[in-house]
Amino acid sequence: MPHPTTAQPESVLRLSHITKRFGALTANDAISLAVKVGEIVGLLGENGAGKTTLMSILFGHYVADEGEITVRGEVLPPGSPHAAIAAGIGMVHQHFTLADNLTVLDNIMLGAEPLWRLTSARGAARARVSALARDFGLEVDPDAVVAGLTVGERQRVEILKALYREARILILDEPTAVLTPQESASLFATLKRFVAHGLSVIFISHKLNEILAACERVYVLRSGRLVAERQITGTSRSELAELMVGRPLPQPRVEPQEPGAVVLELRDVSAHRGALWLRNVGVELRAGEIIGIAGVSGNGQTLLADVIAGTLAPDSGTLAMAGREVAAAGPRRMVAEGIGRIPEDRHSEGLIGDMSITENVISEGYDAAPFSRHGLIDWQAARAAAERAVAAYQVKCQGLDGPVRLLSGGNMQKLILGRVMARAPRVVLANQPTRGLDVGAVAYVHEQLLAARARGAGILLISEDLEEMLSLSDRIAVMHRGHLSEARPRAGLSIGELGLLMAGHTGGGDSHAA
Amino acid sequence: MRLEPRSERSLLLTLGFPLLALLVAALFAALLVMLAGANPFTVFALILKGSLGSRFAVMETLTRATPLIFTGLAAAVAFRAKLWNIGGEAQFYAGAVMTVVLGTGLLPLPAPVLLPVLMLAAMLGGAVLLYAPALMKTRFGVDEVVTTLLFNFIFLLLVSLLLEGPLKDPMGLGWPQSKKVVEAAQLPRLVKGLRLHWGFVLALAAAAVVWFIDRKTVLGYEMRAVGHNARAAQFAGIPVARVIARTALISGGLAALGGFSEVAGLKGNLTLDLSPGFGYTGIVVAMLALLHPLGVIAAAIFVAAVFVGADAMSRSAGVPSYIAHVMVASALLTMVTAVMFTRYRLRWR
Amino acid sequence: MDVITILFTTALWAAAIRIASPLIFATLGELLCERAGVINLGIEGIMTVGAFAGWITVYAGFGLWAGVVVAALAGALFGLLHAVLVVPLGLSQHVTGIGITLLASSLAYYFYRLALPEVTSPPKIEPFQPWAVPGLSDLPFVGEALFRQTPLTYLAFVMVALVAWLLARTPLGLAIKAVGENPAAAEAQGINVIAVRIGAVVAGSALMGVGGAFLTLSAFNSFFFDMINGRGWISVALVVFGSWRPGKALVGALLFGLFDAYQLRLQQWAGAVVPYQLFLMLPYVLSIIALILVSRRAAYPRALMVPYHKGER
Repeated sequence: MPHPTTAQPESVLRLSHITKRFGALTANDAISLAVKVGEIVGLLGENGAGKTTLMSILFGHYVADEGEITVRGEVLPPGSPHAAIAAGIGMVHQHFTLADNLTVLDNIMLGAEPLWRLTSARGAARARVSALARDFGLEVDPDAVVAGLTVGERQRVEILKALYREARILILDEPTAVLTPQESASLFATLKRFVAHGLSVIFISHKLNEILAACERVYVLRSGRLVAERQITGTSRSELAELMVGRPLPQPRVEPQEPGAVVLELRDVSAHRGALWLRNVGVELRAGEIIGIAGVSGNGQTLLADVIAGTLAPDSGTLAMAGREVAAAGPRRMVAEGIGRIPEDRHSEGLIGDMSITENVISEGYDAAPFSRHGLIDWQAARAAAERAVAAYQVKCQGLDGPVRLLSGGNMQKLILGRVMARAPRVVLANQPTRGLDVGAVAYVHEQLLAARARGAGILLISEDLEEMLSLSDRIAVMHRGHLSEARPRAGLSIGELGLLMAGHTGGGDSHAA
Repeated sequence: MRLEPRSERSLLLTLGFPLLALLVAALFAALLVMLAGANPFTVFALILKGSLGSRFAVMETLTRATPLIFTGLAAAVAFRAKLWNIGGEAQFYAGAVMTVVLGTGLLPLPAPVLLPVLMLAAMLGGAVLLYAPALMKTRFGVDEVVTTLLFNFIFLLLVSLLLEGPLKDPMGLGWPQSKKVVEAAQLPRLVKGLRLHWGFVLALAAAAVVWFIDRKTVLGYEMRAVGHNARAAQFAGIPVARVIARTALISGGLAALGGFSEVAGLKGNLTLDLSPGFGYTGIVVAMLALLHPLGVIAAAIFVAAVFVGADAMSRSAGVPSYIAHVMVASALLTMVTAVMFTRYRLRWR
Repeated sequence: MDVITILFTTALWAAAIRIASPLIFATLGELLCERAGVINLGIEGIMTVGAFAGWITVYAGFGLWAGVVVAALAGALFGLLHAVLVVPLGLSQHVTGIGITLLASSLAYYFYRLALPEVTSPPKIEPFQPWAVPGLSDLPFVGEALFRQTPLTYLAFVMVALVAWLLARTPLGLAIKAVGENPAAAEAQGINVIAVRIGAVVAGSALMGVGGAFLTLSAFNSFFFDMINGRGWISVALVVFGSWRPGKALVGALLFGLFDAYQLRLQQWAGAVVPYQLFLMLPYVLSIIALILVSRRAAYPRALMVPYHKGER
């Protein structure tokens, strides 16, 4: 039964002593916070601090072990997204929750009508969506199929979904991860319009600059605990950073170094998968340098990575390692040629979750000495390699025979690093190597990439994290609609310039980006 | 309600849950037996006696287990690589057809040469029969479940056609049956006077070979990797399509070897009722064995015991022998549920 | 009569529709399950149970429509079992489906033997009789082919329209499509994914049960073993062939029925020269060829066979 509590009238949302445990892990430890009408509140914390868990509880995906949530003074029934929506909570998930094969209107109307009605009122719904889109500057064609939309448009649909359900409290989970800096700025402007209309916004991020730019007030989470609440006007970037991490942020140190000979060269490489295209891409990677590939996700970075990893055959163009052409090579050949591959998705591509650590360590070289002879696997050699990888890369595990899926994300990535670096690759292809890792693991990955650079490997770093890109790369190139810009020295680049490149502005006179 | 992965696996769980699964299946069967107006304890005792209660009964059970070991291995090998071979029935008959085609006098060879030749030919027949759906899967993206199922119907009709045509025994009094295989093409009996034959030993050897492939060889590693995560396997450079094709050859060959063993060891000729669903029951055997090749032996003997015991029981207790099929099918469902619970726990909030 | 003139006989077309009827029910049922993201390989066994349950109800003295209802309920029951195992518990849909088929058919045979321990030739019931639609049945050609069928055939066509309407026009249909495409998206919109999936599988299985009952209550008049004879598996193929759309699935089932009716007549015509088994093989071969033709570009529901756990993304 909903009942009034002693909440202050201006608090539209109040979380009291929310606690959530997963086995031995306490993801949220007695967290209390409140959101007022017409404000943008930041929720700051690094990956794994408990932000997403907290919001999942608020939205009813999870049920808290302790604590309660009140909306406008009424207790929210736990564990029901339906109740959360009815109470006016709208959530824009980090990974968009859209059904690709349905239209925008379908996605928006989904769940909005009682399920047992005999017909959908589509006409009225279309009109309302158009009106909302106009009012808030979120233009999108209601009858377009979601699969054909850009990332920015999908985000608009996500927000429209919430507005259509008359959300008064909008939660945005890492909304800028997929946007260019300019798009982010425009999103912030939209958020300001929302609060002017009396909505409240919770803005979840681990990016300090965005919290500072978008919010009025911020809560800081660390290791499942609420460690601070600050007014934006009374705090600073450095204070928030320390609060978030608990110690000064580790900054990767990039030693200046002269790059050597070209180790990897792509010339005029075109490839495609479905409707995604890579068009006439060229890049020259030298020994001892890091080239960053920036870009909004879905612009062809994955195709580029797959071509270099050997899992996608290019339609045309050449790929050469140390001056020698490698034609139509599969993954195995690429590994043999000296490419070390850190895949974008460690769960579905990098590792086989149900196989053991030992089995995963040999997955790229199981069919040749030292791991096998005459078609028989040498498990002793495999175990020895696994022991070396685990020891050298500080993988925390309960033994080499346990399934890999029980490892934490950071330890999975360390295991992949161990597998890759054991072969002393001449080229390292690092695709989103720190996505979803906590600060400690991120620093470790950066350290290892820089160590490989110092050793003379050429590194291709594909990342959506511009700060990471700017702090590690020697040169940076940008992907937009399958085209790769020329790699430019980092020294002369600003975030703003990168953003323009990511949006397709080429800076100079020529413009193939229209 | 949600499922949460267990972080540790204790022996109690790994053994306790499967046992519980069998118990639940037995309770369900008991309920059905009571509906038939019989006493479940009496009925279970009769089943036990009929399957394991005498030397004769044990031999009979092992004889029945022999084809099930082969089809069980076929399913286990394929399922491990997530190749859903439901066509064991057709592949089993393919092996039998090859045995009859070559073993009824076409090849005048002595037994030590003829038997291996027949085995190879049988395996080839079954292998080809599964290779086709595997190719359709990797080339055209056709779900192999449906194709292998449909192949069962097609191949059985083909067998019927052969038995009424080219393979028909002229001395068969018009029945659709083939000639008997020549003496050199017969697997000897293991024990004089009883039906158990060398096919059983062959089945044990096949299980050992499959275990060896799985644990020790490059191919076994590849098959497991493809089965657990084909995308990661492909990323690592494992030739997924080729591994699936090889898995198909092995799996189809194993089921066909069962057909060979049944003809050469037991029946002597090919009829349309050579297999009372050995191909389908092999799937149950494989799942009860948790896809472990050596476990297949135990599971096949268990399932065979249920069938043999139920046959004996139904003659004296008046409970339809279909109870055996019900028991086996419900054991399959309770077992896969139990295995899930050894890996996950239920949380109600 | 020669090969071509057969094509222009009303008997052929009437038979085609009769043969297609159980497939229409079963294909619609499977389609509903798969649209919600669950493949139901229990279909063959569920049809067996439907055939048996419908028949035994009528044999016990109840009406034909009571038989249809009982068949639907029996189908729904096994659908519920399948759904509980694969939806909230996330078991392999392939293995569970095969298990359901084995369990359901063996239970049907067990109870048949229990009810009729001694019979050698299956006892008969009085099945549905053709019902001529007033007016329409007098149309030339079409009337005789289309409008002198049994009531269950008309019901099959009504179900196609109902399911098409459900999926295209109602909020529930949208929810079913959404849980089959992207369950996380559905849950984020407040839809109970588990409930919708279970509901779709149960409803689909009820249709399969009726499809089975068509054989005992309309096409034939008794129950015998193996009478489904792969019709369930063919329906699974027809769903793919029909691109998960009720209208196209109907076309597929009708084409199939036409082909089957045609080969039956060809068999009589050419039976002396060509072994009858070759004709009997054709439907299965045809299904496989159809699968090869469409599978490459088939737009599978994205979440088909992917278990969903709440809160997991």
